[in-house]
Amino acid sequence: MNVLSLSVFDLMLASLGVIAVAALTWILRLGLARGLLIAALRSCVQLLLVGLVLRALFANASFSWVALLSVLMLLLAGREVRARQERRLGGWRGYSIGTSSMFVSSFVVTVVALGIIIGPDPWYTPRYAIPLLGMVLGNTMTGVALALDRLMQSAWDKRAVIEQRLLLGEDRASAIGDIARESTRSGLIPIINSMAAAGIVSLPGMMTGQVLAGSAPFDAVRYQILIMFLIASGTGLGTLCAVTLASRRLFDKRHRLRLDRLESAG
Amino acid sequence: MRPDPGTPHPATASGRSTLRLENLRFRNHGGPVDLAVEPGECVTLTGISGSGKTLLLRAIADLDPHNGGVLLDGVDCTSIRAPEWRRRVGLLPADSQWWRDSVGEHFRELDSSWLARLGFEEDTLRWPVVRLSTGERQRLALLRLLMNHPQVLLLDEPTANLDLASTERVEQLLHDYRTEMDASVLWVTHDSAQAGRVGSRRLVLENGRLTPGHPQ
Repeated sequence: MNVLSLSVFDLMLASLGVIAVAALTWILRLGLARGLLIAALRSCVQLLLVGLVLRALFANASFSWVALLSVLMLLLAGREVRARQERRLGGWRGYSIGTSSMFVSSFVVTVVALGIIIGPDPWYTPRYAIPLLGMVLGNTMTGVALALDRLMQSAWDKRAVIEQRLLLGEDRASAIGDIARESTRSGLIPIINSMAAAGIVSLPGMMTGQVLAGSAPFDAVRYQILIMFLIASGTGLGTLCAVTLASRRLFDKRHRLRLDRLESAG
Repeated sequence: MRPDPGTPHPATASGRSTLRLENLRFRNHGGPVDLAVEPGECVTLTGISGSGKTLLLRAIADLDPHNGGVLLDGVDCTSIRAPEWRRRVGLLPADSQWWRDSVGEHFRELDSSWLARLGFEEDTLRWPVVRLSTGERQRLALLRLLMNHPQVLLLDEPTANLDLASTERVEQLLHDYRTEMDASVLWVTHDSAQAGRVGSRRLVLENGRLTPGHPQ
């Protein structure tokens, strides 16, 4: 089956809906119109750029280019995780906790999937490696950002409780245990909900894309299941890793709560 | 010349003191503070709001970074694991915190006779925390702390929200605990009469430094 190509005019027609919503939010004074239009424009530019990068990469499937793009994606995801936290750990450690957690989880999961499950030749074939990493990294980023934001905000709000528990002789892991568990849950809930609703409430984006591009429905379904499992593994590992590292960093060696290590996004 | 409150007691110099502060500097430019509190002794600490009383107690409990020595029986706090230190040197904050639903979930162990000594029934442990008044919270927080059997008690206005009868009960309980356990007590209070009743020595914290208070 041939893919029905979309023209620039088709995309402009589709953008009318976004423009209409922006106009409505402006009339209702919701203060969202500008942000909505900028986000829409930004996504167009970013996707066009990535399209150019992927076209060049597919034409020249060298490991070093794939690795370079992967590292660039990781660094940008690390920056995004930090930006999404109202209160965050300052300095390079604050950046490295989110970034290293995503590296450990997303890269491991993607490499395992490429090397053992999908098995393209070579294993880093960009047509498989980049979209897979992008999907796993993007979802892991959301989970890590949600969990860290919750962790930092809860530690800030409940500092008196944490210190009370320390004063009663609990160690740092125990004193922040409840908050760390809640934070990990909040990072994992989106992917759990998304897996639970897949196919019933919503058709996942990747599967829809594959079907539109002409794949047989069952091929698309198998890939979608694989992706969901990879995303759940990546998000779970990344969130657990980030919450564990950040929880430790909120205390010093003497088990003192060190909120002075946090900085405000504002 | 009045003796400097920071001058170590002769007994302290021999290393018998339970709690000793040596050139202690704490948050917000507090200190240097030198102090020795004997086993079984209760020292009261007064000072205007913002003078650093709470910060001094937090530094002794090793809850805030500080410089200088905080020693228990001659052993510096840094030589003891922090959770263990805080079980031995118990700080009762002015506002108690509760994070589980029922009172009993906050106690690892509790001798019910202790409840009675503060005027509580045995079923208090089943009470939901939201039902507790401020005064009940304060008294139960004291019991919760005492269940660790601390050698040193750092009390930050432990009777601030209590009526007269409850205040007397708390003072009696703390007196009994101190004498039975030979515990050292550093008691922050704004109540001059209470300082006279419970303490054998009175100190004032001014601009982060200890000065002798009026004679008891």
